[in-house]
Amino acid sequence: MSAPLLSVRGLTARFRAGGREVTAVDDVSFDVGEGEVLGLVGESGSGKSVTLRSLLRLLPSGARVEGQALWQGRDLVAMPDARLRRVRGGAISMIFQEPMTALNPVLPVRVQIEESLRAHTALDRAGRRARARELLDLVGIPDAARRLDEYPHQFSGGMRQRAMIAIALASEPRLLLADEPTTALDVTIQDQILKLILDLKDRLGMSVVLVTHDLGVVAETCSRMAVMYAGRIVEQGGVREVFASPRHAYTLGLLGSVPRAGTERSALRSIEGTPPGLAAIPPGCAFNPRCAFATTVCREVRPDLSPRTPGHLAACHHSDRVAQASLAA
Amino acid sequence: MTEAILTAEGVSKDFPLPRSLSDRLAGRPARAVHALSGVTLEVRRGETLGIVGESGCGKSTLARCLVRLHEVDGGRVTYGGTDVATLTGAERRAFNRRVQMIFQDPYGSLNPRMTVRQILAEALSVHRMVPTARIPDRIAELLALVRLPSDAADRHPHAFSGGQRQRIGIARALSVEPEVLVADELVSALDVSVQAQVVNLLLELQERLRLTVVFVAHDLRLVRHISHRVAVMYLGKVVEVAPTATLFDDPRHPYTQALLHAAPSLDPGSRSRRAAARGELPSPIAPPPGCPFNTRCPHAFDRCPAEVPFLTSRGPDHVAACHLAAPRFESAR
Ligand SMILES: Nc1ncnc2c1ncn2[C@@H]1O[C@H](COP(=O)(O)OP(=O)(O)OP(=O)(O)O)[C@@H](O)[C@H]1O
Ligand SMILES: Nc1ncnc2c1ncn2[C@@H]1O[C@H](COP(=O)(O)OP(=O)(O)O)[C@@H](O)[C@H]1O
Ligand code: SF4
Ligand code: SF4
Ligand SMILES: [Mg+2]
Ligand SMILES: [Mg+2]
Repeated sequence: MSAPLLSVRGLTARFRAGGREVTAVDDVSFDVGEGEVLGLVGESGSGKSVTLRSLLRLLPSGARVEGQALWQGRDLVAMPDARLRRVRGGAISMIFQEPMTALNPVLPVRVQIEESLRAHTALDRAGRRARARELLDLVGIPDAARRLDEYPHQFSGGMRQRAMIAIALASEPRLLLADEPTTALDVTIQDQILKLILDLKDRLGMSVVLVTHDLGVVAETCSRMAVMYAGRIVEQGGVREVFASPRHAYTLGLLGSVPRAGTERSALRSIEGTPPGLAAIPPGCAFNPRCAFATTVCREVRPDLSPRTPGHLAACHHSDRVAQASLAA
Repeated sequence: MTEAILTAEGVSKDFPLPRSLSDRLAGRPARAVHALSGVTLEVRRGETLGIVGESGCGKSTLARCLVRLHEVDGGRVTYGGTDVATLTGAERRAFNRRVQMIFQDPYGSLNPRMTVRQILAEALSVHRMVPTARIPDRIAELLALVRLPSDAADRHPHAFSGGQRQRIGIARALSVEPEVLVADELVSALDVSVQAQVVNLLLELQERLRLTVVFVAHDLRLVRHISHRVAVMYLGKVVEVAPTATLFDDPRHPYTQALLHAAPSLDPGSRSRRAAARGELPSPIAPPPGCPFNTRCPHAFDRCPAEVPFLTSRGPDHVAACHLAAPRFESAR
């Protein structure tokens, strides 16, 4: 792989909650390559959204972000506000789970796309009008010319998601950050939107970070994946390798929790207990109270995220035992 | 396992829409959401019947009609052969006890001011399930049954995680020793790792207590895992019913085929870049005439918008509502 497009190192985000400081994202590192789709997967509260938002400084004031995010030779975390604003919605665009939070309800869709075009392109008025229409066409909204003058509330859920993608694409971003873009949608519409994002990635040469809690979505769309638990990346690698032989016990448990064809009505290999709250993250490996492989070292020493096979990283003291168990299963 | 215990026969349910002033001034007729139109389905003793479909297709409405939380507008729901709308007094109470519903929202369906003990004691005493003196023992048994620690009894619902609250809901439903459990999106609000725990519990309880379960969910993988038979709904209608393996291996309705292809598979090796279905769900206020799927179906022909297809046999215990005998899956575009 050539030099990554985005290189995140030691990203950490803290909030003040109830008089104490909690760490929502803890020492997260990953790269996004050219034209790649990286899946960020984990259960609710594991820190996926905070990771994406801290890259673009979209966290509420009071949040403290540390670490580095190298983008074209510059660090997004340290960049002055004015400069970051040009990157945000420009070379890096973001889309969200709930399109109504990103769309302005009192402006027609046309105006919202044209605003993004004005901010991030050199197009003149006529050029912006024409491009707005092309963009709605591109994201598959039928009868684009007429629908441009409608308001977001006149669109169905799937069309709003398409409109938000059109706005995000207006600036011809190099990188699209997508936070659960299909979680609120029905499965046939989710399928359409995911295929659309892949199509656009190829046609426009973008890279994508796709946040999801659905392992099926990762299997279907991503080239590489990173699994988050309690604010940390616990496993990272090619999608095929991670699915075929997970090397962190949490990933193994997550894959076992999802029903598969051929095992109907048998007990699922569930994980005991529930994910920890931010105020009480266990010492050592945060997964240890729920882990069937845990030993003393797991309760005392935090495992580093390190390579287990080329390109496949895991933060687990017993990653070989986990790999063996996954082959046996 | 073939005896029908609970049935829907041609069940329809409309929700009238509030009429705006301009509608009234313009003399436009009152409109309604057609949540169910002519649903026929049987639930057999001892089975798990899965009901799947996309948002708004009428799954929850059907579930509520089955337990008589809604009165139907057309057709009837029967239990043990009797139209449930005719039940009154002691018979109605007996029906309410034997057919229990567990809700989607573990947060909203438990009274936050009551302890778990009070919640369970109330259910036990309303239906006079055990003598008062036996209530504490029975509560301990129920908590053990759903694998909650016994000290859970004196805590309030907010002191539990989502998965544990769902177990409290299950314990409450089981406290009255029902025959049928109707579970509406039982685990949808839970994280995957916790979903698996609740699914395992449900499977085990069903075997032990010989329960009949109606499992309503939009998650195809879960429904496949749990159900003996599956019914697929689209826009207020049942479009296909079959034993689980048949439905997933040999779906005969073009909508079922699209739905199964649209669901992301867990195998990174089998990817497709073409969307499984085109277009979006039509509004249940004005469903398309004829076959409800005709606006999105790759096989639609002149008969489809003109004539409603009825459920007809496609093999042993397998019915589908399509004018074509054996359409083959085609992706969008
Ligand atoms: N009490 C109500 N008043 C008005 N409309 C209703 C009511 N309950 C349901 N509906 C409408 O009836 C239709 C069917 O709703 P229902 O809740 O049964 O869908 P569902 O299949 O359970 O969907 P989901 O997957 O989103 O839970 C929808 O269009 C819904 O908006
Ligand atoms: N503004 C905030 N203040 C305090 N805590 C927050 C804030 N935003 C998120 N968190 C906490 O950070 C953790 C990670 O959240 P998030 O990234 O949204 O998780 P998810 O993986 O579901 O996207 C959660 O425990 C969440 O409650
Ligand atoms: S480090 Fe130990 S506790 Fe953590 S996942 Fe690995 S085996 Fe389990
Ligand atoms: S009846 Fe016609 S429109 Fe409906 S599913 Fe069959 S072929 Fe398609
Ligand atoms: Mg999130
Ligand atoms: Mg519902």
